[in-house]
Amino acid sequence: MNTETKAFEPKIAAFLCNWCSYAGADLAGVGRFQYPATIRTIRVPCSGRINPLYLLKAMANGADGVLVSGCHPGDCHYMSGNYVARRKFALIDSLLKHVGLEEGRVSFSWVSAAEGVRFAEVVKGVTERVTALGPNKGVFKVEDGGGTNE
Amino acid sequence: MNSIIEDIRATARQLLTDGKVDVVIGYEKGSLPLSATPCFVRSPQDTDKLIWDETCENNLAAFSTLTQGKKAIIAKGCDSRALVVLLQENQLVRDDLYIIGVSCQGVINKKKIEAETGEILEASINPGKITVKGMECDKEFTFAELKDASCQTCRYPNPVLEDIHIGGLIEVAQQAAVFADVTEMENKTDAERQAYFKEQMSKCIRCYACRNACPLCYCKECFVDCNSPKWLTGGVDSAENLFFQAGRVLHLAGRCVECGACSRACPQDVDIRALNRKMSKDVFNMYHHESGISVEGSGALNEYSADDPEAFLVKE
Repeated sequence: MNTETKAFEPKIAAFLCNWCSYAGADLAGVGRFQYPATIRTIRVPCSGRINPLYLLKAMANGADGVLVSGCHPGDCHYMSGNYVARRKFALIDSLLKHVGLEEGRVSFSWVSAAEGVRFAEVVKGVTERVTALGPNKGVFKVEDGGGTNE
Repeated sequence: MNSIIEDIRATARQLLTDGKVDVVIGYEKGSLPLSATPCFVRSPQDTDKLIWDETCENNLAAFSTLTQGKKAIIAKGCDSRALVVLLQENQLVRDDLYIIGVSCQGVINKKKIEAETGEILEASINPGKITVKGMECDKEFTFAELKDASCQTCRYPNPVLEDIHIGGLIEVAQQAAVFADVTEMENKTDAERQAYFKEQMSKCIRCYACRNACPLCYCKECFVDCNSPKWLTGGVDSAENLFFQAGRVLHLAGRCVECGACSRACPQDVDIRALNRKMSKDVFNMYHHESGISVEGSGALNEYSADDPEAFLVKE
């Protein structure tokens, strides 16, 4: 494995809510604001729809980072989806850090449909932090699709 | 203690004779020394099987949702809290439930004995003392040193919801919620915690005894059994084990009543409690919520407030 010379480009799974952050990403594209092509966008109906298992599964399957973004509190298309999500995210974030996942591997943000520039900034920031951490070394990464303990 | 057993039996006999309930869920003596096993008494003459002592470690609320008809259930403090959560979540009908409340001094953790004496061959319980004849040696333990970890931090030894109370009430030693065990873990470095949980998870054999013992793990299909999407493979891998435990703990966040049934059920002595306690601490500190205290209200994750803390957000 002599690929160290090649710059590490992380793969980041981005769960974006349909109404705000996905539209924000769209605006960043339409406005031609540059951001690193590291994210793999997964559109979800609402940040409240995000199951904690999505984040764990993304990392189990080898994602180097995860970004979760929804509407700002108060702006949810479904009135309270992101308020409910906010409690869930706070606990997921706390638990993942507690079991020793590096700070910056999983990021949460609120990006509105009008914040194209900010979306680009968030992706830049997340990419920088994940790049600094290096590849998913695997608190959750499952080797070769599971199997036996070493 | 004996008068409590007599009262439990008399109450159960009366309920069954009067036809108020179809079944009484309680404990009977298990086949191994120092073990009690859940039992389902359906006729008045069988009520003499019922026992009550420090070995009654199962959380009987786990059986309440699986048992048809009108049922009476013997509930310790933690069992009653689990019943409250089940009522909040509409898993039980209050009218079909008769709660026989018993205050609990705490239950023993047999793994603490087995660590010293090897397999337990014979044992006798005297007030405050437990005498054990083990495979490797004989030893006398005090009850205090065998008390399960979750009972040591218990703040609800008296049932929070009951239809009848048997025996006296127990004075709560600890009034304020204390999370010394969690704080100790938090003070370690990330690498230390990562190593600790990796070691714990490498012991897990994914037998799902924790899930089955848990009164609040009542999903018809658990995410670990789900084929589409297939969250987990069948294999045992420490990263996958952590996925399972973290997933389960997140499902229990704001619901867990800290009965410790999962940890006691674990054949591998995995520190599941460390994860559940962390969530309890966060829920208590961030949302000022304790699960299963009153039938009114709902779980911490079913509610929200406009000014919930957002410290987890990225800086941009």
